[in-house]
Amino acid sequence: MDEKDLLILQLLEENSRVSVDELSVMTEIPARDVKSRITDLEDAQVIRKYSAVIDWERAGNGEVWAIIELKVNPERDFGYDRIAERISKFKQVRSLRLITGTYDFQLLVTGKNMQEVARFVSEHIAPMDRIRETATHIIMKNYKENGNTLCGHEGTERIPYSF
Amino acid sequence: MRNFISKSAEAIPPSGIRKFFDLALTMDDVISLGVGEPDFTTPWNVCEAGIYSIEQGTTSYTSNRGLQQLRDSLSEYLKIHYGLHYDADREMVITSGVSEALDIAIRAVIDPGDEALVTEPIYVSYAPCVTLAGGIPVPVPCHEKDQFRLMPDALMEKVSKSSKVLILNFPNNPTGAVMKRDDLKAIRDIVIDHDLLVISDEVYAELTYEGSHVAPATIDGLWERTITLNGFSKAYAMTGWRVGYLCAPESLCDAALKIHQYVMLCAPVMGQIAANSAIRNGEAEKDKMVTEYRVRRNLFVHDLNRIGLPCHVPEGAFYAFPSVKSTGLSDFEFAEQLLKEERVAVVPGSVFGDAAKDHLRCAYAVSRKDLKEAVNRIERFMSDHCA
Repeated sequence: MDEKDLLILQLLEENSRVSVDELSVMTEIPARDVKSRITDLEDAQVIRKYSAVIDWERAGNGEVWAIIELKVNPERDFGYDRIAERISKFKQVRSLRLITGTYDFQLLVTGKNMQEVARFVSEHIAPMDRIRETATHIIMKNYKENGNTLCGHEGTERIPYSF
Repeated sequence: MRNFISKSAEAIPPSGIRKFFDLALTMDDVISLGVGEPDFTTPWNVCEAGIYSIEQGTTSYTSNRGLQQLRDSLSEYLKIHYGLHYDADREMVITSGVSEALDIAIRAVIDPGDEALVTEPIYVSYAPCVTLAGGIPVPVPCHEKDQFRLMPDALMEKVSKSSKVLILNFPNNPTGAVMKRDDLKAIRDIVIDHDLLVISDEVYAELTYEGSHVAPATIDGLWERTITLNGFSKAYAMTGWRVGYLCAPESLCDAALKIHQYVMLCAPVMGQIAANSAIRNGEAEKDKMVTEYRVRRNLFVHDLNRIGLPCHVPEGAFYAFPSVKSTGLSDFEFAEQLLKEERVAVVPGSVFGDAAKDHLRCAYAVSRKDLKEAVNRIERFMSDHCA
């Protein structure tokens, strides 16, 4: 991976719908090379998939998001990996991380409403073997998502001309 | 009643685009490519340093020269980044932007009747500052065929016995031109043979896209006859903080410092503290902005050429400088009609001197989305007027 790859990745992360031709102009790399670089990055699973950043609050579908923290007893020979794999298979789990600190796992979970999230945690996550403790935090408002500010605005109006 | 206005104030021209400015303010949905400042806000860690200084009650004057820690950081920074050697205690003054640095540099060296050679196209302040100091600005044209670099023969044509100063601004506003080491070496002998002083405004130095910036004072024989000006506005998106600096050999620096202490006293302290944070912790943010400018330049210049406005690839700053000659419209006509009909603000080249006529200065310091929309509007304008 070189600087040009990094630039392509940054531009794609910002807008995954940008065309190869446009990327070629922006990065000063011939279109054919841009294409093969992207294919290589996809093959190496550096690019996992192309998705959109959605402000669900604005979309108004009323979904509830929660951060769930879990204390977990690791498994001999496998550590945290097998239990992480099991948890990650639930479609309600949008992200899952192993973290340092008081808890071991941090999950981002969605549900239609608070009751559904609570039920999911109490019926599916908490009873699993090796889960020692759970803490559920309902997300009240998103201010920034994936590097994108979702509220307010940056900067002020500039004057139309200056030298 | 007498006419109280001084002859020198009368001699300097009013803004060349006042009319456009007033018109644009009455319009909605204008995309402005007419602004000579970054569209980014100052990196937040730099803002935090300024805010914290105010919270701590650091709101007083600083020494005339500027905060010691900022000058120490700068001295180190200039050495590492440009190979420039200036002593923080004797050869440096922190100013209220490069604008002030330019003014005090000119006033420190120009006597009535002295000629200052000013490359053209050029930022609008240089000639008026020379006039206000009693000097005579002498334009030295730079041409498109040379990518608007200063060529030795053009300089030779204008240099005279009265020439005292050569003012340089590379990377250049408005053309984006850059002088490489060989270009500077080519004019060094003329500078030395005619015993000229160089005033070099390098405020766009960090926005050099091909290779690294070459400071004129790093050319053999030029350090002792160069005043280097630079600042934080463009590189760190800090235009409103008003912090710049002047570096020069001690005697020249002392002369400028005397003027600075009488007319400005010092640059704003919170700005100086923020600037120090920018040098110490702002590198990563700055590099991100420079990468983004480069991406925009590539897109925008490609599009301008595609729609029939020939444009060289600028190697520095954040301006594209396309020619409108083929459209049959003058630069003023093009800019005015484009604003009225398509609500895109650009600056007619003539504002930057005769050598810039038939060109437009288009700042690509706007979002890619706005740049794209601006290109669409310019393309529509072209098809209406230049079919």
